[in-house]
Amino acid sequence: MSTRLAKGGRLIDRTTAYEFSFNGKRLKGYAGDTLAAALLANDQMLVGRSFKYHRPRGIVASGAEEPNALVNMGEGGRFEPNQRVTTTELFDGLTCRSQNHWPSLELDVGVLNNYAARFLPAGFYYKTFIHPRFAWKHVFEPVIRHSAGLGKAPKEQDADRYEQAYAFCDLLVVGGGIAGLQAALVAAQAGKRVWLVEQTAHFGGRAMVDGAEIDGQPVEAWVKATLAKLEGFDNVTIRARCMAAGSYDHGYVLLDEKIADHTPGDGRPRHRLWRLRAGQIVAATGAIERPLSFAGNDIPGVMLASAVRDYVVNFAVAPGDRTVVVTNNDDAYRTAIALKQAGLEVPVILDARATANGDLPAQARALGIRVETGKAIAKVKGGKRVTAVAICAQAGQGAVQEEIACDAVAMSGGWSPVVHLWSHCGGKLTWDAAQAQFVPNREQPPRNHDGSALVVTAGTASGLLTTAEVLADATASVGGAQAPAAQGPAEAAMEPVWVMPQGAPIALRAKMWLDYQNDVKVSDVQLAAREGYTSVEHTKRYTTLGMATDQGKLSNINGLAVLADSLSAAIPQVGTTTFRPPYTPVTLGALAGEARGEIFQPLRRSPVHDWHVSQRAYLEPVGLWQRPYCYPRPGETHEQAVHREVKNTRSNVGLLDASTLGKIIVKGPDAGKFLDMLYTNVMSTLPIGKCRYGLMCNEQGFLSDDGVVARIDEDTWLCHTTSGGSDRIHAWMEDWLQCEWWDWQVYTANVTEQFAQFAVVGPNARKVLEKLGGMDVSKETLPFMQWADGVLGGFRVRAYRISFSGELSYEIAVPASEGRAFWDALLAAGTEFGMMPYGTEGLHILRAEKGFIMIGDETDGTVIPQDLNLGWAISKKKADYLGKRGQERPYLAGTDRWTLVGLETLDGSVIEDGAYAVAPGTNANGQRNTQGRVTSTYFSPTLGKGIAMGLVKGGLARLGEVVEMTKLGGGTVQAKIVDPVFYDKEGAKQNV
Amino acid sequence: MSDAMNTRITSALGGAVASGFASIREIGPQGMITLRAKPDVKGLAAAVKAVTGTKLPEARRIEVAGDKAAGWMSPDEYLLVLPYADVAAALATLAEELAGQHHLAVDVSDARAVFRIEGADAGQVLMKLAPADLSELEPGELRRTRIAQVAGAFWADEGGFTLVCFRSVAGYVMGLLSHSAKPGSELF
Repeated sequence: MSTRLAKGGRLIDRTTAYEFSFNGKRLKGYAGDTLAAALLANDQMLVGRSFKYHRPRGIVASGAEEPNALVNMGEGGRFEPNQRVTTTELFDGLTCRSQNHWPSLELDVGVLNNYAARFLPAGFYYKTFIHPRFAWKHVFEPVIRHSAGLGKAPKEQDADRYEQAYAFCDLLVVGGGIAGLQAALVAAQAGKRVWLVEQTAHFGGRAMVDGAEIDGQPVEAWVKATLAKLEGFDNVTIRARCMAAGSYDHGYVLLDEKIADHTPGDGRPRHRLWRLRAGQIVAATGAIERPLSFAGNDIPGVMLASAVRDYVVNFAVAPGDRTVVVTNNDDAYRTAIALKQAGLEVPVILDARATANGDLPAQARALGIRVETGKAIAKVKGGKRVTAVAICAQAGQGAVQEEIACDAVAMSGGWSPVVHLWSHCGGKLTWDAAQAQFVPNREQPPRNHDGSALVVTAGTASGLLTTAEVLADATASVGGAQAPAAQGPAEAAMEPVWVMPQGAPIALRAKMWLDYQNDVKVSDVQLAAREGYTSVEHTKRYTTLGMATDQGKLSNINGLAVLADSLSAAIPQVGTTTFRPPYTPVTLGALAGEARGEIFQPLRRSPVHDWHVSQRAYLEPVGLWQRPYCYPRPGETHEQAVHREVKNTRSNVGLLDASTLGKIIVKGPDAGKFLDMLYTNVMSTLPIGKCRYGLMCNEQGFLSDDGVVARIDEDTWLCHTTSGGSDRIHAWMEDWLQCEWWDWQVYTANVTEQFAQFAVVGPNARKVLEKLGGMDVSKETLPFMQWADGVLGGFRVRAYRISFSGELSYEIAVPASEGRAFWDALLAAGTEFGMMPYGTEGLHILRAEKGFIMIGDETDGTVIPQDLNLGWAISKKKADYLGKRGQERPYLAGTDRWTLVGLETLDGSVIEDGAYAVAPGTNANGQRNTQGRVTSTYFSPTLGKGIAMGLVKGGLARLGEVVEMTKLGGGTVQAKIVDPVFYDKEGAKQNV
Repeated sequence: MSDAMNTRITSALGGAVASGFASIREIGPQGMITLRAKPDVKGLAAAVKAVTGTKLPEARRIEVAGDKAAGWMSPDEYLLVLPYADVAAALATLAEELAGQHHLAVDVSDARAVFRIEGADAGQVLMKLAPADLSELEPGELRRTRIAQVAGAFWADEGGFTLVCFRSVAGYVMGLLSHSAKPGSELF
């Protein structure tokens, strides 16, 4: 059984005990424990079930590479699935539950899949698509959907807050082991701006457990001293619990800093995502130990050798009383020695190599540990935990020579450098046959803008194993000369072992796990190879090898070695799969950062926004603006409110907050010429003081924006754009001025937000303004389509006589800072004339009743002005304007385009939004033919019936014809083609 | 300006404040003029001096003189900062000084919101929102950048930073600044 030892544990504080729970069971741990250590200390060997076969799963590793031990962590607003127990620091009151089992962890029905394994071979998912034909929909899909996913999805909103921050440095050192510390120190002494980040809470890395002597002192002392030195530099920033998720072009790195994972609810942000820009990156990211592929290597209790000694040394936790060590290298002997020194039994070390005579094996033998060379594990015995191992010859086929009782197995298949940051941005790898590992190819690093290496590796990440080599490499990585001296045992060469024993038959190979989380075995990869998968990328996807949440940190190399062997190819020829960020999963909250709730996105607010809210206006988004859709009174539906607002505007006077309308000043000697190019009609001839409606098209000829242009003075125009279009049109103007017509003397300024602009609309509009007083707003002085500066009610205003409703209408602009006060003054003056505010829906109905088009309703990027009968607004005299050439293309210049008409149903009903006008017959796809579609459709409160505009083939030439418009529920409604101007066709009401 | 006008002129957030490890104040209304002209326009330096009392700023610089300043926004755009009440007179001065020269001077006082971020760690608030290297920000440097999802500009001055953004997103920016200044979220 796994248990807490009476003594030791360099990271735990036995004076501070924590309570936590696993599957509702109350357990105890110590401050400094990881959740994994605490679970093992409580003999919780079984922690989950695998994805496909629901096999029992125990803790395998001690760090970020852990594939099995993922839990549903926390509760309520702090619930999060797939949390890795090996990287989770224990805190008092932690709660977690195991995943992927039903009904319970101990008794899991899904384990039946285990016995049906022969029916769930590699690529079973793809095979279910193929045959039998009926099975996918009725059998496989429901079953696969039911079993998909590991953890549970959170149900509540995240209780924590997150943030992001930007930082810059000359050198980022990733990894706080001895290589990272040394590289950071050398760079700091050279005066560089250095960042040093370490994903765990502790510095020193593996060396702290494995031991070494640096500069004549024990490694712990050297680490402590070096860290203290680094902290003394002003030019060094050190962050623990900070994981480098990915490296990107130009030295961009994402760092996930886990600030309060271990202190939930303390008021600090939970995570902070650093968006760091580094001149160069040193990846001192160490290496990950590889499992060995022997039958039963997934049974709880089989662990990485390095993890076993981590638990013993760091946390005083013994994974077992009797631990068999199985290895192909000298390093694993450290585990046997550590166990023995902790007073635990190591019945045997099985070394697959023919000889083992290095310093470490000698030390193990000296401690009285039995060492068997040339030996392998034929099979691990046990179900939910290891009970024994059967021993065989590595060279054979698995004939059992001896069975040894044990409750844990420590395995080591060699080490794989963590080359993720090197590879993310294109660094190439080389196969190091001696160590059987992919190492960075220094000739082909990921490159910076100037061709220099963007990432360099240091220490174990470079493929180096001894302390002296590691420190020398780390020193050289940042251009240092003098590495500290280091002492450590000499290690003999490892020997690659990809399958144990070498000649294992299928019965054993089908029990050798490569990917523990996704249940991919040696036999699956071999099957994929037999079925023709030769590319490692295809094999990965077919078998799901390395596709689990651990992204194959343990399985990739073993898997591709098996594939290479099956294909009789060399490992470097098969190559690796692509390393992609993030290195370990980054919680979504950190990626969202501050962008949630009120500041999820920048909502734009008019100067009168607070009033709208105080009146309980129903707001709708228009671009990022929040505009009142209508102002419902108590007891009114939105529809009733809209109808009231429209009728009141037609009969009395309405007030619209039109502040969001785009306003762009265009000034200069060439401004007239510029606007003549931008608009389809002529703006240069517009007299000072007058207004003109204009259309803008893109180069393809499609209608892009519209609005009223006012001539301010000899060389100044003010262009109104749509509310959603102001930034886009301003950028469009600047694009042409800066890139194409750079020699034209024109300046623009977007003054949209400088002004609050209100439309006073309706028969009583003039009376309201006259009541405010201060300027002459009579028809004679300020006729339709003119503007004037003046004073109203003591406010400095610019009044435009323009109308989007067909009524007598003034749009009055005041400085935004006075907007609210002016709005209040208008309402006060308007009360006696029946003034009511109206919203965007009323605005839309008022304009639709008049047949005015709306950008985004009548246009969709495929509509030209001619389609909308706006040929009158296209100058025939001008040599050119943006879109002219486009509109001359035969398809757009043709006569059979769908063009604008009015539509009225015969029964007075409202045509449905998006309805099509159907035509006889069907098209090549068997769909009903169409001859038009509705673009705007409303109930007109003024006319008491449904009105619509639409684009119909043949257009107004078909006036009076009846077409069939589709209905969502099926069937059609008959609609007559009519003039799109439904109300006051002569324009008598607006020109008063 | 009469008192009556003073009471009805309100800045975007009416002087909202927030406090955390740095203090945030929305200030204003602040007079601002967008002046577009090429730096070699005859009389430009004199015109700017007449309005702000400063020299023409070099690229990425802001020249400050008392309650007035002139900032460089782009190769042909300057931001003139001055008391709100002085804008109309300043526009008249510019029109006079630059008569006959191609330029555009326009009042943008009401189109902007202005914030003060103050305290020893005020820079940390900006580090969370703007992809700008604050340790490289020189005295008198005007940094046009992004404040999370919106455009913004800031410069360092006495006891903190002055930040300018568009008026319509003042509430969003206030939300960003107060979130980023929350106690317990100090970066260093």
